[in-house]
Amino acid sequence: MGHHIVILGAGTAGTLTANRLRRMPGADEYRITVVDQDDDHVYQPGLLFVPFGLAQPHHLVRSRPRQLHSGIDYLQARIEQVDPAARTVRLAGGRRLSYDVLVVASGARLLPEETEGLTGSGWGENVFTFYDLPGAVGLQHALERFDGGRIVIDVADLPVKCPVAPLEFAFLADWYFRRCGSRDRVQLTYATPLDGAFTKPVAAKVLGGLLERKGIELVTEFNLGEVDGRGGRLVAYDGRELPYDLAVVVPLHGGAEYVGRSPGLGDELDFVPVDRRTLQHRDHPEVFAIGDAAGLPASKAGSVAHFEGETLTHNIGRFLRGQPLDGFFDGHTNCFVETGFHKALLIDFNYDTEPLPGHFPATVGLPLLKESYANHLGKLAFEWFYWHSLLPGRELPGIGGQMPEHGKQRVRT
Amino acid sequence: MPTATYDDTTVPVDDQGFFTDPGRWTEPMAEQIAREDGIATLTDRHWIVIRFMRAQYEVKGTGPTVRILGKTSGVGVKELYRLFPKGPAKTAARIAGIPKPRGCL
Repeated sequence: MGHHIVILGAGTAGTLTANRLRRMPGADEYRITVVDQDDDHVYQPGLLFVPFGLAQPHHLVRSRPRQLHSGIDYLQARIEQVDPAARTVRLAGGRRLSYDVLVVASGARLLPEETEGLTGSGWGENVFTFYDLPGAVGLQHALERFDGGRIVIDVADLPVKCPVAPLEFAFLADWYFRRCGSRDRVQLTYATPLDGAFTKPVAAKVLGGLLERKGIELVTEFNLGEVDGRGGRLVAYDGRELPYDLAVVVPLHGGAEYVGRSPGLGDELDFVPVDRRTLQHRDHPEVFAIGDAAGLPASKAGSVAHFEGETLTHNIGRFLRGQPLDGFFDGHTNCFVETGFHKALLIDFNYDTEPLPGHFPATVGLPLLKESYANHLGKLAFEWFYWHSLLPGRELPGIGGQMPEHGKQRVRT
Repeated sequence: MPTATYDDTTVPVDDQGFFTDPGRWTEPMAEQIAREDGIATLTDRHWIVIRFMRAQYEVKGTGPTVRILGKTSGVGVKELYRLFPKGPAKTAARIAGIPKPRGCL
């Protein structure tokens, strides 16, 4: 029991990292402590479904320590600060933890108060986010009451968790009001700071086409500067305005607060800059970051944390044995995009390859970048895999860490 | 690959006019690029942002987003939009002779 590995955060990334480390050969030679500030592990992909009555809020929350294998210590405490030079973590109440390896897995934090007016007049009444449980529940009631008018879905700025979720919200809102027979009384607008519906050209074209087919207006390069709750309008920094009756805003994201209080740990937005391949901190070799907390040019999504897990735990093993790191993460991301009417499309990509059409994980498999019922079933089935396979740190059947090339069609944009 | 000519020098650019080789950029080119983007004169405040863009590119390999510019350049987001009305991150990157900021996923 020589080395001590401290993992900050018991969400998707921290939990799967702890469980993978516990199962690694040689695990009896180190001690693992996981720290989080509460006992609510939320199945975040489920938040999207709450406003439409498709998921029950209490079904989405489970105990954090119960997702950890035996032999892993769990501490419930607020994290005050990390001192990378002294290799210690200070917790609320003055307790200190020394570490040989630190894993920052404390995710991303919503910062609605950083946008002028967003948490002012109308917040929780006709201005919501569905990115946390109280917001998603509030929005469910607001949609039930909504009797027509203009709904604006706005992404304040990037990066955000699950960048496809706001699009999925727009698709599901279209489905919701069509099913109610009131779609003709509802105007839907999707506003984004990007110059298209998505970052990458091939997927942006497909997703933009879907918005158009569903009659959802797309407003691009809209950088939210202010929410005027009394006047009912979103105002961009360049002066453009979007009037709303109901605004669904994805607020600014940042890393955990303690990262900002820890000298030399994080970047300007409190994310932790690590090598995009090895996940090791640039200045402190015993510090690693995984999942939403990492400052990487990859999506902040559960699938990314899952694929990173294999690289990270392999590299921690190498680091503890004094060997050079040889685990390489390729930026692999995999997302089901719910499009309404019991359909979804699937995107699969990495640092170098944008989402392309074809099939996943090989030439026979789920269709990529194309709506299908099979993908919708995949999205629903994922919840079971999340609790029983992904968090315990097991591989998903037939899906490896590296992005599969086989099955993808190269297309020109 | 397309090219553009600034200060009597031909430089390679991408199809949106961003420099692909930041090493070819010189300060006298900036005024001319700025005029193409509808900015008649570059003030000291513009130059704070332009130099910051280049310094960030040196360190990080990509230009910063508007939000990071507003937090760290010494010029707030509202003023950034007054200085570069068509979008600070992109316009300042083009004037500073660095590639189009990658943005995030």
